[in-house]
Amino acid sequence: MSLWRQVARGVRVLVHRGASDRDVDDEVAHYLDQATAAHVGRGLTEAAARRAAAIEIGNPVVVREQVRDYGWENIAASTAGDLRVAVRRLRTHPGFAVVAVLTLALGIGAATAIFGAVNPILFEPLAYPHADRVVMISDVRADGSRLATTYGTYVEIAQRSRVFQALAAIDAWQPALSGDGEPERLAGQQVSASYFRVLGISPALGRNFADADDRPGGPRVAILSARLVARRFGGDPNVVGRVIDLDGNPFTVIGVMPAGFDNVLEAAADVWTPLQMRPRAAFESREWGHHQAMIGRLEPGVSLDEARRELNAIAHSPQADFPRPAWASLNDGLMVHALQYDVTSGVRPALLAVLGAVVLLLAIACVNVANLLLARGAQRADEFAMRVALGAGRGRLVRQLLTESLVLAACGGVLALGVAEAGVRGLIALTPEGVPRAGAIGLDGRAFAFALLVTAIIGIAVGIAPALRASRNAAGPGLARASSRVAGGHAASRRVLVVAEVALALVLLVGAGLLLRSLAQLFAVAPGFDATNVLTMQIDAAGHRYASDSARLEFFAQALDAVRAVPGVASAAFTSQLPLSGDVDGYGIAFENDAVKSGDEGSALRYAVTPDYFKTMGIPLRAGRLVDAHDLPGAPEALVINESFAKRRFPGQNPIGQRVRVGPELGDAKRPWDYVVGVVGDVKQTSLAVAQEDQFYVASGQWDWVDNVQTLVVRARVQPASLIPLVKRAIWSVDRDQPVTRVATMAALVRQSAAERRFVLIVFEIFAAAALALAAIGLYGVLSGSVAERTREIGVRSALGATQSQILALVVREGMGLTVVGVAIGLAGAVAASRALVTLLFGVSRLDPVTYAGVVVLLAGVSALACWIPASRAARVDPSITLRSE
Amino acid sequence: MVEPNTDVIQGTLDLLILKTLSLEPMHGFGIARRIEQISRGVFRINPGSLLTALQRLERAGWLDAEWRQTENARRARYYALTRAGRKQLEVETSTWNQRATAIARLLKAEA
Repeated sequence: MSLWRQVARGVRVLVHRGASDRDVDDEVAHYLDQATAAHVGRGLTEAAARRAAAIEIGNPVVVREQVRDYGWENIAASTAGDLRVAVRRLRTHPGFAVVAVLTLALGIGAATAIFGAVNPILFEPLAYPHADRVVMISDVRADGSRLATTYGTYVEIAQRSRVFQALAAIDAWQPALSGDGEPERLAGQQVSASYFRVLGISPALGRNFADADDRPGGPRVAILSARLVARRFGGDPNVVGRVIDLDGNPFTVIGVMPAGFDNVLEAAADVWTPLQMRPRAAFESREWGHHQAMIGRLEPGVSLDEARRELNAIAHSPQADFPRPAWASLNDGLMVHALQYDVTSGVRPALLAVLGAVVLLLAIACVNVANLLLARGAQRADEFAMRVALGAGRGRLVRQLLTESLVLAACGGVLALGVAEAGVRGLIALTPEGVPRAGAIGLDGRAFAFALLVTAIIGIAVGIAPALRASRNAAGPGLARASSRVAGGHAASRRVLVVAEVALALVLLVGAGLLLRSLAQLFAVAPGFDATNVLTMQIDAAGHRYASDSARLEFFAQALDAVRAVPGVASAAFTSQLPLSGDVDGYGIAFENDAVKSGDEGSALRYAVTPDYFKTMGIPLRAGRLVDAHDLPGAPEALVINESFAKRRFPGQNPIGQRVRVGPELGDAKRPWDYVVGVVGDVKQTSLAVAQEDQFYVASGQWDWVDNVQTLVVRARVQPASLIPLVKRAIWSVDRDQPVTRVATMAALVRQSAAERRFVLIVFEIFAAAALALAAIGLYGVLSGSVAERTREIGVRSALGATQSQILALVVREGMGLTVVGVAIGLAGAVAASRALVTLLFGVSRLDPVTYAGVVVLLAGVSALACWIPASRAARVDPSITLRSE
Repeated sequence: MVEPNTDVIQGTLDLLILKTLSLEPMHGFGIARRIEQISRGVFRINPGSLLTALQRLERAGWLDAEWRQTENARRARYYALTRAGRKQLEVETSTWNQRATAIARLLKAEA
């Protein structure tokens, strides 16, 4: 078949519409003439022959239409006609069109945005070759919780295990980079030579770490991130081979990672260097401290379960060649998870909750669209009946309605793209810090297609239902019904949909309510300090100059003096760790009256502070005295402990004066005793939500060492952020080369500590509000339709003496009845669904009666409003007009 | 009483048209008439289907169409077979013969 001919003819028909119509007309007329002539030839009269020919041929109009419909151009033309009609119909009913399009846009857009955020974080494989073979190995505490691994354990597993292609140990590392430009502290990792081989990514420039790099006393070499090279070295490819200054030591750059490298264990890492630890180290050394992560790449074909079995077999069969200290005995086995699972486990509950919320919203959107289309279909039943009577076939009606549904879906889809784009941006802005793989968040085409398809299919299925109904029933009953407007049972399916909408909205509202209450409870928790007007920043004493404790002590003392001299500073102090900043630094603690075995001591958070710390942070003294300027190096350590620690360990006794040992090597009997000198209020360290931890404070100079990274806290008399440049300058007046990092107000840290809950809450609030609006629209739509259909009945009622308030009550009762059923179902759904939120709740039960009651009241109020408008319209019906119009 | 089935067998209309036009150019009614006569009234042609089929065959390049003036000042559209149409007729004839013999054989075997 000649395609060219097809196209050319079609175009000619389209261009010369009139001429080609005339051609068809003439041909049909000629046919009729000839047929007539044939009958005349058989002896009929002219008139009789014409009649016979007409009977033979049938309606010439139908013949003409049939011939005219042939060809692609005519299908295109009639589709364009359908399109025009569809657009015109939607424009004459703007309310319906706007609500339907907005509903679609909201549902599809939200689903696309949320899925785009959740999918790369939770479900997409990590960006490593055969990422499913990369696993994380953790030590286990007696209570089954996870514990960081030790290098000693790594050495043993690396030698005994057979399931790994490569195994790597990792330590966090924050070296200060000095040289050209401002000094800065980098995020980095000290890794065993196999680290990048485990991940399956090689440097883009230079070389990977070799085993020879990773031995005690090995060469000082570093691999940099492409990001750091671009930022700090102008993207210079010749950076390989250069010597850079990290913590005052010269490191040779041997490689640069590729630009897209996603280092999921520490996304901010810009520099890597070999661990260079000793394979056989004494138990007291760093090699046996629980501060490492361990990852491994499984051999091809080895399953996660096999790896688990093998590692636990190793854990439970110690060998004399590999002695283990008590604290790394592996008696409780080893934990093995896919790396993907491991890095996302923290955010999983929050993201799954958000995913659930968006599924609910999409469901409501679908129900709402179905509802709107059904209502429209019911209103147009007469129109369809008329069309069928005029000879429209089922196919033609379906095509028309399909076109309308598709126009709606297309408008909704285009708008949804905008909603999704805005949503993704909002999500990225809202994403709490530390969410792994946040960089991968983006618009997801498949999610968009899926959501669009679901809503479009529902729209189409629901949209063509009235056409099928109209063409199935002959024209008769449809037209006849026009005058029998009574409360119809045909709206039953719409009622079911409204009930579903109310129920779904209630589930979302309860979720939002529970989260809102949790957040309120969380912020009602006293952090134990006064966060207002407190500025914090981390200061380094890095480099050879500060190799000794006394040099570091001197530096921090001078820096403190300089900061105190800044106008607007009320008081200032240093601490080794800052509450709610992510720092967790605990040490063993044993009181004299405890029977403590080595490696079995309790652990408490350590704060090595300068005397003004309590005053600056506003931590109240409960008993005894604070750490003060007389607690100098060499004197017996003066310890201040927190209130709940004191109550728990010394119930009914005076904790002041108790003898205690803290720090490493507790078991050493020759270690001198320290003394508890005071008790202060509890402070939340890890998060507002966790139970109170044990804490002790000691003067910076009296601890076993002077920390080289300390946090400065400043209580300001002015707006704290305004002091930042002045305080930095004060620090740098002491030493120009020391990085100042993590600048934040204490108030911001408190806010941030609840960021994850806040993130989920905001999403839930938005979705719940949208759901509430959609449910209200659905209810309003059904009631308006019902009032319109019952106009005659209402007119009769009021003619028979029904008062306005009785008619009002009639309609409101109908609407509220639907609401009550929806609420009842929704409550059951919410009770079930709230289980998914449990990990995100704080201080409220998932069955919190206040939340449930509040949500029901809110929903009932909004429903009442949605009922009121059509009800008052019904009450105003003038019986004389309605009865006359029939 | 059951009306005898006078519909053209599905898919054979094209063949009938091509065969009819292989003798001489004709207009639509002429084609219908000829088919009815030769088939002795077994096939009755629906004019709508016929004219649509003529358009289709013309677009496929098997027929040429030209307007001619008739004696009573009407326009008549005459169709003639093209070379491609002649080839198509051969193809369709041979497929039809194959099928017809096959069906005849099947019916014989049945009896």
